[in-house]
Amino acid sequence: MTRVVVITSGKGGVGKTTTSAAFASGLALRGFKTCVIDFDVGLRNLDLIMGCERRVVYDFVNVINGEAKLTQALIKDKHCENLFVLPASQTRDKDALTEEGVEAVIKELEHMGFDYVVCDSPAGIERGAVLALTFADEAIVTTNPEVSSVRDSDRILGILQSKSRRAAEGREPVKEHLLVTRYSPKRVDDGEMLSYKDVQELLRVPLIGVIPESESVLHASNQGTPAIHLKGADVADAYTDVVARFLGEERPLRYVNYEKPGLIKRLFGGK
Amino acid sequence: MSLLSLLFGEKKKTAAIAKERLQLIIAREHSSTYRGADFLPDLQRELIAVISKYVAVNPDDIKVQLEQQDNYEVLEVNIVLPEQNAATLRERTAAHLSRQP
Repeated sequence: MTRVVVITSGKGGVGKTTTSAAFASGLALRGFKTCVIDFDVGLRNLDLIMGCERRVVYDFVNVINGEAKLTQALIKDKHCENLFVLPASQTRDKDALTEEGVEAVIKELEHMGFDYVVCDSPAGIERGAVLALTFADEAIVTTNPEVSSVRDSDRILGILQSKSRRAAEGREPVKEHLLVTRYSPKRVDDGEMLSYKDVQELLRVPLIGVIPESESVLHASNQGTPAIHLKGADVADAYTDVVARFLGEERPLRYVNYEKPGLIKRLFGGK
Repeated sequence: MSLLSLLFGEKKKTAAIAKERLQLIIAREHSSTYRGADFLPDLQRELIAVISKYVAVNPDDIKVQLEQQDNYEVLEVNIVLPEQNAATLRERTAAHLSRQP
């Protein structure tokens, strides 16, 4: 049975695509056949983050319009054996995605034996964002510890609870997970940033992880390598934990407490 | 700001303000007053249609309002009946819904 997971947030720039790439890669590393779909029609970016931008021939909209077969459009990931990317179209036609089209593609992925389909939602609450969550079984709501992001996440949770197929058909609701990203334990310690506990208390969604603010995310996107592959980086560890928790394993939170730098570190610098 | 805090660069603790503001705005956006407000124009239109069947009322003389008063939401329907023999007949109906916000 295929599980459809949407990575959503409402607000832009909070780390949806970074999370989609890392999370889908993490599932594939754990042996699951996974497909990650870019729903951001018009502003394709997942291909860059996954490092497959030069191999895009056909896209999601081509498949929906019957201009290409799904197998022609799927791009095999270069890091993981069982991971495939379905890139978004660069078309400016907002109505290029249709509910029937998206449903047909997800059904076909199911027939192809995919374990997980990860939907990378565009920002906003328009068509693309709604279609990305329509067929979801689970949702990872990506939120920065910042006022506008928290409020937008609350909005998108409301949309999940009203517009998803599960809600419309009165089935068991979409399983929601909260992922707090770009977290700075030091700023939380200084009282400058909402803590992950504050965010969770405000949104009332079970926490699946906290991703620290990290310079390595930029290094990862520069190279087109999903952040989970960065050896020894805190973000890679944090995303690995998120995948483990998603699969039902218990993992303590890491990188959420600020440790004051020791004297040596302060004298000689370093990160 | 005191001289000491200037010297030691005391930082502003603004996270608590953020949390408080978010608590308020999220509670407000979840309340039925906020979400339910979009049915008011329809309610008003239908009320006018029903009442017009029995009394000749001016559509502008029917006012529907939803207000928040402490723990109550008050749906107030105010209908001004046309003047009869120069005497004004007013009828006020207030439906109190004891809903927790």
